[in-house]
Amino acid sequence: MAAHSAVLSMSKIIKPFWGGHLGNTVKVFGTTLTSHRNKSSLTPPPAKYGGRHTVTLIPGDGIGPELLNHVREVFRFSCVPVDFEVVHVNSAVETEDDINNAITAIRRNGVALKGEQNAYFQQSTAVRSMYTSLDLYANVMHCQSLPGVQTRHKNIDIMIIRENTEGEYSSLEHESVSGVVESLKIITRNNSLRIADYAFKLAREKGRRRVTAVHKANIMKLGDGLFLQCCREVASGYPDITFDSMIVDNTTMQLVSKPQQFDVMVMPNLYGNVVSNVCAGLVGGPGLVPGANYGHVYAVFETATRNTGKSIANRNIANPTAMLLASCMMLDHLKLYDHASSIRNAILNTMNETRLHTADIGGQGTTSEVVQTIMRFIQSKGQLTSEY
Amino acid sequence: NRFQLEMQTVTLIPGDGIGPEISSAVMKIFETAKAPIRWEERNVTAIKGPGGRWMIPPDAKESMDKSKIGLKGPLKTPIAAGHPSMNLLLRKTFDLYANVRPCISIEGYKTPYTDVNLVTIRENTEGEYSGIEHVIVDGVVQSIKLITEDASRRIAEYAFEYARNNQRNSVTAVHKANIMRMSDGLFLRKCREVAENYKDIKFTEMYLDTVCLNMVQDPTQFDVLVMPNLYGDILSDLCAGLIGGLGVTPSGNIGANGVAIFESVHGTAPDIAGLDLANPTALLLSAVMMLRHMGLHDYGNKIQTACFDTIRDKKVLTKDLGGNSKCSEFTADICRRIQDLD
Repeated sequence: MAAHSAVLSMSKIIKPFWGGHLGNTVKVFGTTLTSHRNKSSLTPPPAKYGGRHTVTLIPGDGIGPELLNHVREVFRFSCVPVDFEVVHVNSAVETEDDINNAITAIRRNGVALKGEQNAYFQQSTAVRSMYTSLDLYANVMHCQSLPGVQTRHKNIDIMIIRENTEGEYSSLEHESVSGVVESLKIITRNNSLRIADYAFKLAREKGRRRVTAVHKANIMKLGDGLFLQCCREVASGYPDITFDSMIVDNTTMQLVSKPQQFDVMVMPNLYGNVVSNVCAGLVGGPGLVPGANYGHVYAVFETATRNTGKSIANRNIANPTAMLLASCMMLDHLKLYDHASSIRNAILNTMNETRLHTADIGGQGTTSEVVQTIMRFIQSKGQLTSEY
Repeated sequence: NRFQLEMQTVTLIPGDGIGPEISSAVMKIFETAKAPIRWEERNVTAIKGPGGRWMIPPDAKESMDKSKIGLKGPLKTPIAAGHPSMNLLLRKTFDLYANVRPCISIEGYKTPYTDVNLVTIRENTEGEYSGIEHVIVDGVVQSIKLITEDASRRIAEYAFEYARNNQRNSVTAVHKANIMRMSDGLFLRKCREVAENYKDIKFTEMYLDTVCLNMVQDPTQFDVLVMPNLYGDILSDLCAGLIGGLGVTPSGNIGANGVAIFESVHGTAPDIAGLDLANPTALLLSAVMMLRHMGLHDYGNKIQTACFDTIRDKKVLTKDLGGNSKCSEFTADICRRIQDLD
């Protein structure tokens, strides 16, 4: 508790100093700083040797490798005490060895930053097994309207918490008779309680007022009914937070007309996939939103919408924002808060420069220009940087 | 022109709540347009048939079987009445396998999205809504998603036929076959097979999440979308949201044996029922869809133009559209425009 108040007072000191320059960005800085200090109750900090952390890096396919190189560049420049252990997972190869090596590396280091794998049929079960074998049960995405990015809807600030291990993604399918296929959707009490608990804890930490459970319990009465029931049970233990529920089709309709009504949303796997993509689209696209997968022991950070961006790979036009913001989330997780906020503020400042916007948000800037500008902002704040 | 004047019977199911008033609004507009439709009103409240099974009243079924075309207002689903939802019952009775929703931006009803012009075609009989669920052990529930070859082929064929008959350029299959490899894989395979027979229509495939992501950023890139039940439910409501909600979205259900029931998909709005405040646009546009389905394109276009002109003019809008007028005034304005168009 003492740490919490110390942090609050520190942010009060820093705010006026940075406030003039950063405008809206200060709000983002403030909330993240206070919230992650209290996150220690959920996940223990990974080990570090000699003051430096080792993080597993999985480049992936498409734009993954180039964006992660930029992350490394920015980290090197800002003297972030993080070393990357690179593990390649070759999606062209059919065996499971690569993905098993990656999982072992993540177990070893506790934290990973990854690019997306090509959605080849083979690979997807392996990638899914990464989430389940590491028990990364909560996929968290924070969708915030960024100042400087033109979108149809303004003032969006939604946290989406998606159950990441079961539901429709259990990959349990069989063809009972030729031409008749059954696919099983599994909902368990334990996982539903767990994800609901995570959602409410996170909502409380971040000072959020309302949690909405998204479901289709009017049709899937037992499955989503169980999920909803678990959410209600957990909600009763958090009387300070309002709980309501909404059917998924109505949710998507509300999201495209009035997304400002949503605060924190919790839902099973498939609806989470749909809703996170809708929200990412609403705030400006896949290039802007970072995502995180948390478990009790491990954490893996990536872009929120899991696209490989095959068509824009290696052309220096990809938007590095999502990956860089994901790396900042990772730094927060590693308790390197100062580095996280400095990079994050630099990113948000760069976002205000419309001429630097990459193609996906309507500009003509290149990836490297954006990254250079970010590094320039970091340097201008007086942080220790290395030559580059 | 004898064919044009030959009256065709349509089974009208006014429904509950605001159903009756919007149905009479539609009937009045059709009368003004002199559309060759004879309405046969029927009630579909479930009754218990011989053997204890719930069914729709036999006179309703008989009327539908004869006329093959139906127009339905909103039906309320009573919570503890003991019988399943009426919509479900209708679907099962007439094997309504395709739910079609054309989503076209209404000029004059501003939403953040302009120039939306797409159609969602949703498989409506199986998929995630098969209703097969069980508790395996305490705390573990299993819901079964069913995909069959026949249903997938049928919906794909309907989608391509619709595209061809309505001059649409492309059909996109929406799926998650990277995750649900066998079930959505089967659906996708059937779509690909059917696409072979419709070389004049462009066929593409897209993951559900990619569609969602792109839909909210640029809906103009989509044309006809075909998909299994759950994705269809979500996407069709998403698209309805893009053009302004369920109050202005038409919907049609196509069944086996040539049966087609067109409906408004909004609720019964019991709080404004009987107060002449309802907006008949959704039911009217569904009725226009019905006219087009029956080949009466001229009447359909005339009525649609009048309706859109009224909305664009903004003088006589109902409350949900942002105005202050009554349902009867809105209807009267449309009727006036139809007479002017003649």
